[in-house]
Amino acid sequence: MPTLVFVESAEGKIKKTSLEAVAYAHALGASVTAIALGAVDTAELESLGKYGAQKVLHVADSKFNQGVIQAYASVLTQALADEKADILVLADSSLGTPVAARVAARTGSSLASNVVSLPDTSAGFVVKRSIYTGKAFANVALNNAKKVISLKKNAAEAKEVGSTASVTPYTVSVPDTDFAVKILSSEKATGEVLLPEANIVVSGGRGMKGPEHWGMLEDLAKVLHAATGCSKPVSDMGWRPHHEHVGQTGVKVAPQLYVAVGISGAIQHLAGVNSSKYIVVINKDAEAPFFKAADYGIVGDAFEVIPKLTEALKAAK
Amino acid sequence: MKILVCITHVPDTTSKINFIESNTKFDPSGVQFIIGPYDDYALARAIELKEAHAGTTVTVLNVGPADTEPTIRKALAIGADDAIRVNAEPADSFFVATQIAEEAKAGNYTLILMGRESIDFNGGVVHGLVGEMLGIPSVSPVMKLELSGTVAKLTREIEGGKEEVEVSLPLVAGCQEPIAEWKIPNMRGIMSARTKPLKVVEPKTADSGVKLHKFELPPPKGAVKMIPADNVAELVNLLKNEAKVI
Repeated sequence: MPTLVFVESAEGKIKKTSLEAVAYAHALGASVTAIALGAVDTAELESLGKYGAQKVLHVADSKFNQGVIQAYASVLTQALADEKADILVLADSSLGTPVAARVAARTGSSLASNVVSLPDTSAGFVVKRSIYTGKAFANVALNNAKKVISLKKNAAEAKEVGSTASVTPYTVSVPDTDFAVKILSSEKATGEVLLPEANIVVSGGRGMKGPEHWGMLEDLAKVLHAATGCSKPVSDMGWRPHHEHVGQTGVKVAPQLYVAVGISGAIQHLAGVNSSKYIVVINKDAEAPFFKAADYGIVGDAFEVIPKLTEALKAAK
Repeated sequence: MKILVCITHVPDTTSKINFIESNTKFDPSGVQFIIGPYDDYALARAIELKEAHAGTTVTVLNVGPADTEPTIRKALAIGADDAIRVNAEPADSFFVATQIAEEAKAGNYTLILMGRESIDFNGGVVHGLVGEMLGIPSVSPVMKLELSGTVAKLTREIEGGKEEVEVSLPLVAGCQEPIAEWKIPNMRGIMSARTKPLKVVEPKTADSGVKLHKFELPPPKGAVKMIPADNVAELVNLLKNEAKVI
């Protein structure tokens, strides 16, 4: 019985979190069928084989170029039946998580989102979920034979384990009512590293004193191939767009490295970054609470430290 | 129009999280409970819609035991007309969604609002589950919601940007900032909330085979290594050779 994996793409490329989902499914032991919807490069789909997919279903119909939640849920429900798969794995996202919910309700599956590790199958099927916005974990058993598992970033490592997968065109007829939500337009930052996907994040807070000083953070982000983020006050004041707000009510990031510049470290901000592997804090206030959550800290003026750090990183390359 | 706003009763965002009974239960001692911050945005937008559209009523729904009633009363003080409490522990998202769908159907609500996720279990799935159970669209996370007649125009946040969408009611929406400003109850609201109807109903059974085994806390963080501001080269060295992240 194969495991089905829903993969998402951005600008024609499979998202890194979706590669992690394929690797996660591969680690479950059964064969892996991946499914992608909309315009994706065939070579990209074939390359899913490297991460453990044997077969890739591609729904190329342009109706699916935009992520319509209900329509995607219908396709995945049908694919689970056609593939005789009991388990669906996907990555948490603004599309993936709601789609997971609808598929689970439709198929009567045990559902878990925000999952951070492979299951413990020594007694049943127990997955670990991140709860209380990263402050704790819950180990939950998924007892139904049918399961939908939605993964937090870094739940599995996207390792190369195979070669290429065979790509099969796949068609499903979905009712028009599935397209009741009409997407009129979308705005998306292009060519940048997306914040939820980034391995390194450089964030600025009120200590940056104004949007006109973001250039130096962008320069630092560029040398590090990092995404830029910000604290809530910064997005509230309109210095930066809302989708860059990292924190309890914004984006929760889980990078290898989080660099916080001029952010005091309110608990609501920490809630968005506590899944980071390493945290660097640069703040002129030695008493800033963020230092307690940091691995490395520098007490100093951001306007002096940041350009020097950028130069030092360039020199170290 | 009838709006249903589903709220969670959750520890304040600054709470320290602890567990008791061999890590099988949340420790509520010393914890202040609040309306989930995302739910609070949904509630604030519902009240604005009520003010802008004559004949609109706002009902608040919570799935929880009796000790969530002060949180429900706060939502009434903010301006909801009445409330329903489903008398049960909110065991998992499928269970909670089943109760919401049941009440939404019984009360014929056309707009069902809630937060994009609860800040305790962070599932982010209840709006999708409810939409599916009712066979109606669900949109989340919603940053803006305007109504003209029975058509809703929404802005949905996506990774690295946003989407404008349009859909006819009925609809389930998972909300987040900046859909509305949080509202603070005034004295008149607090007084009137005491006498507003709060109906208690018993839950429907719902089991999707999800069972909690135990909670755990992350391992404690090691001490921070401080680096002098005039020695950024040392930071680069540590990131490269110790953390191995660059």
